[in-house]
Amino acid sequence: MSDIVQLFVSGISTGAIYALAAMGFTLLWQTTGTINFAQGEFVMLPAFIMLAAMNLLDVGLLSAFVISLVVSMVLLGAAFKRALVDPMAHHGVLPLIIATIALGIFMKEAVKTFYSAEAQPFAAFAPEGAMRIGPVSVSIENIAVLAVAVVAILALQLFLQRTFAGRCMQAVAQNRESARILGVPVERMVLYTFLINAALATLAALLVTPTYLAKFDNGESLGLIAFIAAIVGGFNQMRGALAGGLLIGLIDNFTAVYISTQYRHAIPLILLIVVILFRPQGLFGRAEERRL
Amino acid sequence: MNAQGFKRLALAAILAVAILAPLGLKNYGVYLLSLWALYAIAAQGLNLTLGYAGQISLAQAAFFGIGAYISALATTAGMSFWLALPLAGLACFIIGALIGFPALRVQHHYLAFVTLGFNVLVFLVLRNEEWLTGGTYGVANIPRPALFGLSLGGPLAFYYLCLALLVLMTAMFWHIVRSPWGRAFAALRDNPERAASLGISIVTYTLLAFAIGSAAAGIAGAAFAPLVEYIDPTPFTLSLSLAFLLMVVVGGQGTLTGPFIGAALVTLLPEWLRWTEGYYLMVYALAVMVLMVVCPSGLTGLFDMARRRWERSP
Repeated sequence: MSDIVQLFVSGISTGAIYALAAMGFTLLWQTTGTINFAQGEFVMLPAFIMLAAMNLLDVGLLSAFVISLVVSMVLLGAAFKRALVDPMAHHGVLPLIIATIALGIFMKEAVKTFYSAEAQPFAAFAPEGAMRIGPVSVSIENIAVLAVAVVAILALQLFLQRTFAGRCMQAVAQNRESARILGVPVERMVLYTFLINAALATLAALLVTPTYLAKFDNGESLGLIAFIAAIVGGFNQMRGALAGGLLIGLIDNFTAVYISTQYRHAIPLILLIVVILFRPQGLFGRAEERRL
Repeated sequence: MNAQGFKRLALAAILAVAILAPLGLKNYGVYLLSLWALYAIAAQGLNLTLGYAGQISLAQAAFFGIGAYISALATTAGMSFWLALPLAGLACFIIGALIGFPALRVQHHYLAFVTLGFNVLVFLVLRNEEWLTGGTYGVANIPRPALFGLSLGGPLAFYYLCLALLVLMTAMFWHIVRSPWGRAFAALRDNPERAASLGISIVTYTLLAFAIGSAAAGIAGAAFAPLVEYIDPTPFTLSLSLAFLLMVVVGGQGTLTGPFIGAALVTLLPEWLRWTEGYYLMVYALAVMVLMVVCPSGLTGLFDMARRRWERSP
């Protein structure tokens, strides 16, 4: 029983990190039709910016996080949109997919060449150790990760639901043209989604890197998981990405213990294929009308 | 010169260069050229799926791997390469049809998602099922074939085998694209609603294009196994599928010469850019991004643009 609770907590906590990356992924898709194949690298790079800030400027983790947040929002948010997404707005989905694949390779190689090819230790922001709640003990780090992720997700939801800018963003995601006619500053809202994506990725980097260490190719598996989570949950819904992320996190932890470590990474993929076969709009998404 | 004549000239020039190129090269150079020929076959296949049927497949490396393993396991068990080769193509055709069918019930980008998952799954199976694939130890001592008693074991002879396969496959694709089939593929890509109203079954034709494209990767993979003589799961990851996608799009999707150029860029360019040391992949990635921004129809599109400008000037 206590094992199951522990697994559940650690599963939900890794799942919450996946959800952060998946939600950013979904945001970009909804507002600009960008399928960002570099999403994993968008999480990898901020971790290295934090490391660089800590080593070069000799600041603490929190300041490093703030620096990384600003740099990421400029580079992975605004510059990414301006330099890559905007010029390709009318080229269709495929050229942008290719460009983001190339961007991912570029980021990986840049980190490998200019920083290090070796895995770098990364300080956890929460103390190690376990906490006893009644008969079960859970890791403090898991709880802390979960708490931070939940606060971030709630803040994002509140922003989207309750603020004027947030509602404008939703309008843009639902129907760009109508939003424009109604006077929503579409371009600025799109820029916001890119900034939010970069911020979510930086937060995910802070939470996930202590477990996996900082390595230039971390993005490969993370990007794939964010992708799967977004599709399994429902590509056209934010709550889909959230649920998908949590689900994949849980599945990941339980299969590793109860089924097989070898096929640990296969289960989410099988889930992906099954979902596409039987419920292509995702477990929590709404059905899109078919084109034909 | 009209566009048709230009295309023929380009193909003839590529063939002439491909025949003469290995003569002054050392073994490693010949190996790279053989790799180029095989990658070009797989890229041709993906080009049919992507450039003509308008569907993204991210499992080309998986089919390449399945072909390689079928050929490796069959020939090390004593089967003739000349039987293993079509067998690999057939197997990939059937598997492609099986995974393509459900994905294509839903339009849009779902084939991309399913194939992405499939590629990672295939890699895991290749790595984990040791009884069949040798796991991370791989399959060693894959024999190179002989033809009518003539050994194709030497690097140069084997290169000409790869090149012959490439010419055969290109001829087949050329035929497909110009046949009513090919016209149906193009109609589907350009205007599916209208194609459907003219009685073209969208699912059947898209599926067919995808299955044929997958079979091409299987055939290329089947020749890849004896080329390297030892295979393990590492080459057949998602990155290779992404590389195939890059080849087709950078070369120019929907054109016959595009995949040749794309495959050459992916296999040969890194070697030529060796002097840049660790920077070549960065330079390469940057070049791809710039190309996509400037000219999303790829290098052949860029050539066309240049040619038109040249013709217009007196």
